[in-house]
Amino acid sequence: MNRFIKVTGLLMLSCGILAGCGEDVSHETAEKEESVQTKASSTEKEVSTYKQFAIEQLDEFVMATEGFVEAVKAGDVEKAKELYAPARMYFERSEPIAESFGDLDPRIDARLADIQAEGQGEEEWSGYHKLEYGLWEEGTTEGYEETADQLLKDVKELRAKVETVEVTPDLMITGAVDLLNEVSTSKITGEEEIYSHTDLYDFKANVEGAEKIFEIFKEKLTAKDADLVKKLDENFTVLDDLLAKYEDGKGGYVSYEKLTQEDTKALSSAVDNLGEPLSQMAIVVE
Amino acid sequence: MNTKEEQSLFKKGFSRREILKTAGIGSAGVILGATGFSGILTAFGETPFVDDNHETKNKVNFYGKHQSGILTKNPEHAYFVSLNCTAKSKVELKEMFQLWTRYSVQLMNGHLVEPDSANKLLPAPDTGEAVGLDASHLTLTFGVGPSLFEKSELGMEHMKPHELKDLPHFPKDQLDPRYVGGDICIQACADDPQVAFHAVRNLIRSARGLVTMRWSQTGFNSYGMKDKKKMTPRNLFAFKDGTGNPNVDDTKEMDEVVWVQPGESESWMSGGSYLAVRRIQMHLETWDRTALREQEATFGRHRDTGAPIGKSDEFSDMEIERKENGKSVVPENSHVFLARQVKDRMLRRSFSFSDGINSDTGSFDAGLLFISFQKNPQQFINIQNSFGRADKLNEYITHRGSALFACFPGVKKGSYLGAGLFD
Repeated sequence: MNRFIKVTGLLMLSCGILAGCGEDVSHETAEKEESVQTKASSTEKEVSTYKQFAIEQLDEFVMATEGFVEAVKAGDVEKAKELYAPARMYFERSEPIAESFGDLDPRIDARLADIQAEGQGEEEWSGYHKLEYGLWEEGTTEGYEETADQLLKDVKELRAKVETVEVTPDLMITGAVDLLNEVSTSKITGEEEIYSHTDLYDFKANVEGAEKIFEIFKEKLTAKDADLVKKLDENFTVLDDLLAKYEDGKGGYVSYEKLTQEDTKALSSAVDNLGEPLSQMAIVVE
Repeated sequence: MNTKEEQSLFKKGFSRREILKTAGIGSAGVILGATGFSGILTAFGETPFVDDNHETKNKVNFYGKHQSGILTKNPEHAYFVSLNCTAKSKVELKEMFQLWTRYSVQLMNGHLVEPDSANKLLPAPDTGEAVGLDASHLTLTFGVGPSLFEKSELGMEHMKPHELKDLPHFPKDQLDPRYVGGDICIQACADDPQVAFHAVRNLIRSARGLVTMRWSQTGFNSYGMKDKKKMTPRNLFAFKDGTGNPNVDDTKEMDEVVWVQPGESESWMSGGSYLAVRRIQMHLETWDRTALREQEATFGRHRDTGAPIGKSDEFSDMEIERKENGKSVVPENSHVFLARQVKDRMLRRSFSFSDGINSDTGSFDAGLLFISFQKNPQQFINIQNSFGRADKLNEYITHRGSALFACFPGVKKGSYLGAGLFD
């Protein structure tokens, strides 16, 4: 998961922060921003609908995180385990926006491997995945109270900052494809939730996040290419139906460890089949 | 841009070499305007015709009586892929082969499969890794496997030739399910491995949702030169491979050995051929500690010259019945002796492969991507059965992969791959 690298890219596109960029990259960015600006007026409605969606998701995320943190601090391991994966789904759904904040995203969502890849030590590790480690690997919440408090603080900060994000059609289009790429590179391989194996929750949430963006653009897209819309509708349905096979009957999903190689192959190919036409959604700005 | 301009641009194609020259004009090289490619498609209907471009360097023609990549001489690099078909109807499959027809011509012309769009929020329609490379004698060969006809949703059961069925189990076969069978195959060959890979990658990308990849194998051949002519390549056992092949320039011989003649099979196969493919593991470590005399007795040829044992010229007649002191000069359990026991012939078109390391043993995972073309699979089956348990080569090789495909006849200008099957 090259999340840190990607975050930088998104920041440049959405906030226009060019510091530290190579010359080529900033030229490219400027070009994109220009093309997006000229079309901005025509997609005003879509952009504000999406921002509203992200804010709602992050409102829910704050509440769900509050519940989760409470359970951790109360030392209720079972309850915390139960609340962990569903709470994360709000974050995963709105990831194109949530990860716009290069410092907050890793504080909330970094895996130990990400921290190490950044050349940092384990002591820098915080957030959901650290608590995941405590709950599933150590079977305890003891010693994790501070991490839990910090997590809630970070999540609230994220919610507050989201108001300042400049949402562009570019961010939405790139974000939809990125959500599926996240699924392809880390969720389908079980590398996101290495202790809890709740990868399918994140998988589902990422797909829902991409689908939301498609739904928002649907009207405009239909006017430009009705066949593309039909194809996307079909491919989202195929993937949703496939994922439904792994529901656990209690509103959640089975453990990633239950998936056979045939299962992951089928899921992966459904994501690829969806991703290819989804990348054509950019015709909406033409 | 008006339709006429679009048409002339389209006909010209987008040479991968020229893009580099024009790259200074616009940041995307050749740009078609904001509507991108979809507008052109609409202007021309679903399957615009693209012709072979005879000005292209190092080009093999797509259109003709037979598919390319069968009689085409001296292939260097191959990317072979076997696919599962997930199309829901024959119409979907037909449209895929229509698109693949157009893409194949573009690829064999050394052009982009589609021109770039001015909209940089879109991914490029051509994956681009062959930009700057010429056609590199790219050939593309398409076939369908027996399992394709068993899919009831396609409704093609009645079109299946009776000789198109899974190859039988041969003595000493140790097939690995990861390298067996397939509904559709693509054999891409080129002088440049990246050109072959690029072709397969773009074809598969264009057919997402209709096919999934089942197995694939790359392969290579290297040719020594003599009097400016390519010599028979050596396999990884260092023996020349393909010396005894029938002459691809002899039309009559090819009609007898390779091409299905009218009346010999289902009508859609007339002018087509059957492709047998085997992934053969070669145990290099054991081979390398085998005495040279044993190695030569295993093949029935001398290693350095490729000549039949007891002779000095590669192309001398094998004269398999030669005896010395009552014993066959060419050992009766040698590979070549057993192959000559049957009257059947086939056109071999094999490649070496090296795929890293066998994780169980730590030895080379290397061998031969064996491909042969014949008008009836029985030719291959008879020869393979003749090797049976007797073949001395069995000690050094294991057959791991196997599949059979019916390759369509060539495509007439204006038509498409497999038209006889899908229309």
